[in-house]
Amino acid sequence: MLGDRRELAAIFAGGFAGAVARLALAELLPADAGQWPWSTFVANIAGAFALAYFTTRLQERLPLSTYRRPLLGTGFCGALTTFSTMQVELLRMLDGGHVPLALGYAAGSVGVGFLAVSVATNVLRRGRVTA
Amino acid sequence: MNALVLVGVGLLGGLGAVARFLVDGAVARRVGRDFPYGTLVVNLLGSVILGLLVGAALSEDAYRVAGTGLIGAFTTFSTWVLESHRLGEDGQLRLGFFNFAVSLVLGVTAAWAGRRLGASL
Repeated sequence: MLGDRRELAAIFAGGFAGAVARLALAELLPADAGQWPWSTFVANIAGAFALAYFTTRLQERLPLSTYRRPLLGTGFCGALTTFSTMQVELLRMLDGGHVPLALGYAAGSVGVGFLAVSVATNVLRRGRVTA
Repeated sequence: MNALVLVGVGLLGGLGAVARFLVDGAVARRVGRDFPYGTLVVNLLGSVILGLLVGAALSEDAYRVAGTGLIGAFTTFSTWVLESHRLGEDGQLRLGFFNFAVSLVLGVTAAWAGRRLGASL
């Protein structure tokens, strides 16, 4: 139970930092419904890249670290990135009749996010082979 | 926006992340991890609630704390994409794309339904 509580505390701490970082991005780069939402996009892509990096590294290369994954992965990357804000942004684009922008934003987020995860995962695995 | 809002976003962001971990685990214990149902449930639930907050027309600071902090941290893009990528690595690329498509269609629908509900409150 103590281990569980420590794991939850690590997730909380990571979540605190991730949420504050995304708020800072949202304040720095505000966007209207007719514009590409750069703050959400940057947070989501950077967070997906970092999560893939941490997950691959901690699961496949450093299996002994107990609290890094909840702190950095579940907590920080999970909270820095957001699905719900993206859905509300898509809804507002559709409200405003910005259909091509909505389709581009959805496809761009998923496509670039997937690419970021691939790159982070494969760079680390290649490193392991040559190490 | 003042320092109190910033601390509020952090505190509720931490709670949102913990809630995501607990809900994801509870869903996975019931239906297994063959498909990332836990993240799907978290993301759709969060989209309804964020829609509700938008519909309820909160003040800017209340939206920062409850929307960006709590629900922004509760829902996740990174895990969603990572899980779809891992499905692809396991030879289930179609299921990974299905996860993208179904989440987006249901996510926008959930936000829309939440916003209608919030506006009628």
